[in-house]
Amino acid sequence: MTTAVATLQDTPFTVGGRAFQSRLMVGTGKYPDNETMTRAIAASGAEIVTVAVRRVNLDRSRDDSILHHLDPKRFFLLANTAGCYTAEDAIRYARLAREAGFNEFVKLEVIGDQETLLPDVQGLLEAARVLVKEGFQVLAYSNEDLITALRLEDAGCAAVMPLASPIGSGLGLLNPVTVRTIKRRLKVPVVVDAGVGTASDACLTMEQGVDGILMNTAIAAAQDPVAMARAMRLAVEAGRLAFLAGRMPKREVAVPSSPLEGLLD
Amino acid sequence: MEVVVNGSPKTVRPGVTLLELLAELALDPRTVVVEHNRRIVRRPALGETPVAAGDAIELVHFVGGG
Repeated sequence: MTTAVATLQDTPFTVGGRAFQSRLMVGTGKYPDNETMTRAIAASGAEIVTVAVRRVNLDRSRDDSILHHLDPKRFFLLANTAGCYTAEDAIRYARLAREAGFNEFVKLEVIGDQETLLPDVQGLLEAARVLVKEGFQVLAYSNEDLITALRLEDAGCAAVMPLASPIGSGLGLLNPVTVRTIKRRLKVPVVVDAGVGTASDACLTMEQGVDGILMNTAIAAAQDPVAMARAMRLAVEAGRLAFLAGRMPKREVAVPSSPLEGLLD
Repeated sequence: MEVVVNGSPKTVRPGVTLLELLAELALDPRTVVVEHNRRIVRRPALGETPVAAGDAIELVHFVGGG
């Protein structure tokens, strides 16, 4: 039998040749204020944080860059291409992000529909191929479809990021079976991105054996984002540990835990 | 002369460089990425890149996002 100590040992989360201790990645959007964001990110234990590329607001007297609130030496900045609806736009945003000079990683999003924010698979593959050729480490936000995930891996993506449910929906992991299938079939890391609503969702997601989770709204839109960030940290660790421990088989009948021998007449 | 900066028209003096434009807007060239007529201009080249009438300039940086 494996000892508890050995079970606790986990390999680092490695993506695009970089190793991280935390399997929880967090976004930086939608927080009530920057101080709450900074404290929540610290409580989450995340090392990878996502940021978006946007125009500088020229009407503002103060520079509103996120980098005033996040130390790029402490956190690994993962720029996204959120808001892009074509491969061309996503490639443009990725190039701008890389020019900021932090790293060559990009969370690639090509959105196909405004209401659901579901990915445009064709645009995603097209952008991924171009960006991989340009030396980017592409983490591709994808729907939870095996074939799409396989094609993204073939295109050279560093990681595939199937959704748990639509962005910002908080509906949790809608399709654990397909996410598990994707994880089983891919060689590159699988990080579930979007849709997690609360700690049990994060735990259940990690119990499927995926390499990590990326979330934003679940923390930022909680009543107490700092407390939820800590809950998510624990949930991701608990889910990962439960996966490594290997759960007991499910049965549809009861099996007593106490001995049947020695019962009184 | 007039150029378009982040989608809005702006009057600048002829021959101004991108670096001078950033200074005029009180922006730190180390925290802003500049796109000039759809081409990214690297930081060392900002001081050597003059702006012409009608040019489209995008000044971007990182903001909060998921």
